[in-house]
Amino acid sequence: MARAVTPQRKALNTAIAWGIGLLIFFPILWTILTSFKTEAQAISDPPVFLFFDWTLENYSVVQERSDYMRFLWNSVIIAGGSTILGIIIAIPAAWSMAFVPSKRTKDILLWMLSTKMLPAVGVLYPIYLIFIRMGILDTRLGLVVVLMLINLPIIVWMLYTYFREIPGEILEAARMDGASLKEEILYVLTPMAMPGIASTLLLNIILAWNEAFWTLNLTAAKAAPLTAFIASYSSPEGLFYAKLSAASTMAIAPILILGWFSQKQLVSGLTFGAVK
Amino acid sequence: MATQHSRSAARIMMAPAVILLLGWMLVPLLMTLWFSFKKYLPLRGGDLGWVGFDNYVRFISSSSFWPSVQATLIIVGGVLAITIIFGVLLAILLNQPMWGQGVVRILVIAPFFVMPTVSALVWKNMFMDPVNGLFAHLWKFFGAEPISWLSEASLQSIILIVSWQWLPFATLILLTAIQSLDSEQLEAAEMDGASPLSRFGHITLPHLSRAITVVLLIQTIFLLSIFAEIFVTTQGAFGTKTLTYLIYQRVLESQNVGLGSAGGVYAIILANIVAIFLMRIVGKNLDA
Amino acid sequence: MSLKNAFRAATALSVLATSAAYAETITIATVNNGDMIRMQGLTDDFTEKTGHEVEWVTLEENVLRQRVTTDISARGGQFDIMTIGMYEAPIWAKNNWLVPLDDLPAEYDVDDLLPAMRGGLSLDGTLYAAPFYGESSMIMYRTDLMEEAGLEMPDAPTWEFVADAARKMTDKDNEIYGICLRGKAGWGENMAFLTATANSFGARWFDENWTPQFDSEAWSNTLNFYIDLMNEAGPPGASNNGFNENLSLFQQGKCGMWIDATVAASFVTNPDDSTVADKVGFALAPDTGLGKRSNWLWAWALAIPAGTQKEDVAKEFINWATSKEYIELVASKEGWANVPPGARTSLYENANYKDIPFAQMTLDSILSADPNNPAVDPVPYVGVQFAAIPEFAGIATQVGQEFSAALAGQQSAEEALEKAQALTVDEMEAAGY
Repeated sequence: MARAVTPQRKALNTAIAWGIGLLIFFPILWTILTSFKTEAQAISDPPVFLFFDWTLENYSVVQERSDYMRFLWNSVIIAGGSTILGIIIAIPAAWSMAFVPSKRTKDILLWMLSTKMLPAVGVLYPIYLIFIRMGILDTRLGLVVVLMLINLPIIVWMLYTYFREIPGEILEAARMDGASLKEEILYVLTPMAMPGIASTLLLNIILAWNEAFWTLNLTAAKAAPLTAFIASYSSPEGLFYAKLSAASTMAIAPILILGWFSQKQLVSGLTFGAVK
Repeated sequence: MATQHSRSAARIMMAPAVILLLGWMLVPLLMTLWFSFKKYLPLRGGDLGWVGFDNYVRFISSSSFWPSVQATLIIVGGVLAITIIFGVLLAILLNQPMWGQGVVRILVIAPFFVMPTVSALVWKNMFMDPVNGLFAHLWKFFGAEPISWLSEASLQSIILIVSWQWLPFATLILLTAIQSLDSEQLEAAEMDGASPLSRFGHITLPHLSRAITVVLLIQTIFLLSIFAEIFVTTQGAFGTKTLTYLIYQRVLESQNVGLGSAGGVYAIILANIVAIFLMRIVGKNLDA
Repeated sequence: MSLKNAFRAATALSVLATSAAYAETITIATVNNGDMIRMQGLTDDFTEKTGHEVEWVTLEENVLRQRVTTDISARGGQFDIMTIGMYEAPIWAKNNWLVPLDDLPAEYDVDDLLPAMRGGLSLDGTLYAAPFYGESSMIMYRTDLMEEAGLEMPDAPTWEFVADAARKMTDKDNEIYGICLRGKAGWGENMAFLTATANSFGARWFDENWTPQFDSEAWSNTLNFYIDLMNEAGPPGASNNGFNENLSLFQQGKCGMWIDATVAASFVTNPDDSTVADKVGFALAPDTGLGKRSNWLWAWALAIPAGTQKEDVAKEFINWATSKEYIELVASKEGWANVPPGARTSLYENANYKDIPFAQMTLDSILSADPNNPAVDPVPYVGVQFAAIPEFAGIATQVGQEFSAALAGQQSAEEALEKAQALTVDEMEAAGY
């Protein structure tokens, strides 16, 4: 903003914005704090905020009971794999929609998005049967495929909006120089669209990471990601706030950290490229 | 540049995505349709033959059907309203000059990274629990009777949880849009003596319409199928049974795959009605 | 490396060498209850003895049920052992989904299983799931608060006494609630408690012709009694309280009485978790003098889905986990109070276990439940707090939601019963009764 602002005004803005920001962030902060309390402190009345005996016990209990690294690794492979596969399939489609648009382009895009509205619960039984037939129950491959299909519409749409911003003349010039279609996409388009692709990648990794219906229902022991890890800590017997908090923190920490480090790409990713 | 050559190339390149999604849509859809005309009870031996439209009639005539459609629409509508209204306000706030804008932005985005299951668990146990929840402590501190949120204000509680998850998304889209607003235009309006409210109504809001459309479209797609938040908190009790949850109850709790599949078909129809409605607005707004 | 470690490594190696030829890995789905988590922690003992490895899928109860039911009905074959309850066992067995456990070795001593548990997990006399632990329900109460109220808890109280005591113990200003009962909707949550309570009030789910009975006076009495009692002497937000929520409340000293699963006894008397560990007394679940008490009968059991490739290893595991030796193993590591209760007769004859304050009351409660004659009037179904028909879980969860809404004050008891009756009639017709 070009306008000059009085320091008082700026201070007021700062105070309000920080207040609201902390309020929104508070549930996460509270979860993280609680994960370092003992179970008794976690429910103490009145609640203790910072002044308690910090302990790592909950984390060691959780780790002892379930092999966190295995769940984490599955989450990484499934979320990463499905997104990368989705992008590989989506790039050509988005290219053709952006640079060779036809009357039906918009219809196809919206149709793709509408496939996301299928209620997952309604098709659990059919999908389960198909998975059995194909022998991909409880495999990372199976989940990579399913999550890729779920997020593909979003990926195509995002890439399409990014590609559209790239001037067609550049591609044409490349073609004049004798570049094949493959080369055109690989060496000209993709590098130019890299920021957009990065945003798409990040956002869809988050969506895949947090997907909790298919990842829970199509896995058992081998391919179970962090969503299944959490399902073994929700409402066990006895006091559980602190352990639940520790497990929750472990489940969201990787993505929280990834998100914060790549905030810039993510912010443009969150806008689905649709807003400039 | 749209030569005959590139047109056919385009078709080929679009093919993998389209074919995959077509398969992903059609195969389960056809199987769902097939099941929906069957009496299919896994616990009673599985396929018990064709029953015509029985499942459809039974699903829609059940006393839970209309309340579930209503609950779905209230939740989707409530979350959309809250996230868009507060999203716009937050976006305007965050666009003001301030210290530590980057940090505040991080704080505001954070809920989007949290798994729906985790956020539902945390809200349910650590905030909304009527005895040990933070809200209960807060209420008691002010001398009020703690509210048992998930039964007394069940729909509002779920809307609150879901809104918390989606507010970052709305805020960021709207913030990006606001940042591209021409500040000179606003200043000119200010010189002309336009009140802040009329500046907002005549300049900011119209500028945001496209971004609001995007929020509307994307959120609706995700919100129509919310499940974890309800499964973890109320399990469909206290009027929070959405259409998705009702189908879950039919398929998995009652183990009536036929009936649930008929419900699935209704859900697809509802989703498409909403989709067509949305696309009317979006179509106009999106490609301008 | 110390000598001891070297020795250990050598034995480990030799175990590996001898069993490598047929060492297998089995996958077990189980619920995240304390006893199962303990079992998970002791898996090494099984691996040491047999050479086989175990992969655990530990899930919260509702998720587990959804998961294993989908898998078994679609023949997914994801699990070699599933943890199921007394409700599922006969229904699944009837569908030939489970491997009969009729060839357990002699030293397993199948006759040692408590008859009530064995009966509930069998179909036509064949055992299909081995009880890991069994439970009934009973009253757990605060001896100090009872004394303050000037009352003495009889071993077999009536509902009248319990209600009276609950009202006297309640001190809402100090967050002491006379009675904590389940209110959270679900067939295994509030409906388990309410169905068992209804039995003691002379109510039943169905008459001999499978006609739903929610329009009966007995049900109306049950529900009104429960709602009145909870409104006056129950904790706030009781309509969201299940087993866990009430357990935390009791452990924090906020409940005067709690009627729930007998397994809770070891949690509320454990000084590590419970602030009232030394002030807990036990009594049989109440009655109204009609001849039935309001306690249920349940077992968490291990079953092998038909079609698994690793049936033999799965049987070896069941043989290990539900054996007398396993009980001793837990006792040696965690103390007798923490062994899985309610499955074996010999446990209650064990001198060490007799010292446990809640042992006898648990056994008495289990023995007083009769799944074949659960209600005062004759019924066509088997099961105390459930009816062992496939439709029950779905129906009871919806009924539970109506009752839960009534408890929350969103509708009257009569409205809830009317809706329950209508939806049960509807579902039973759909199922072809």
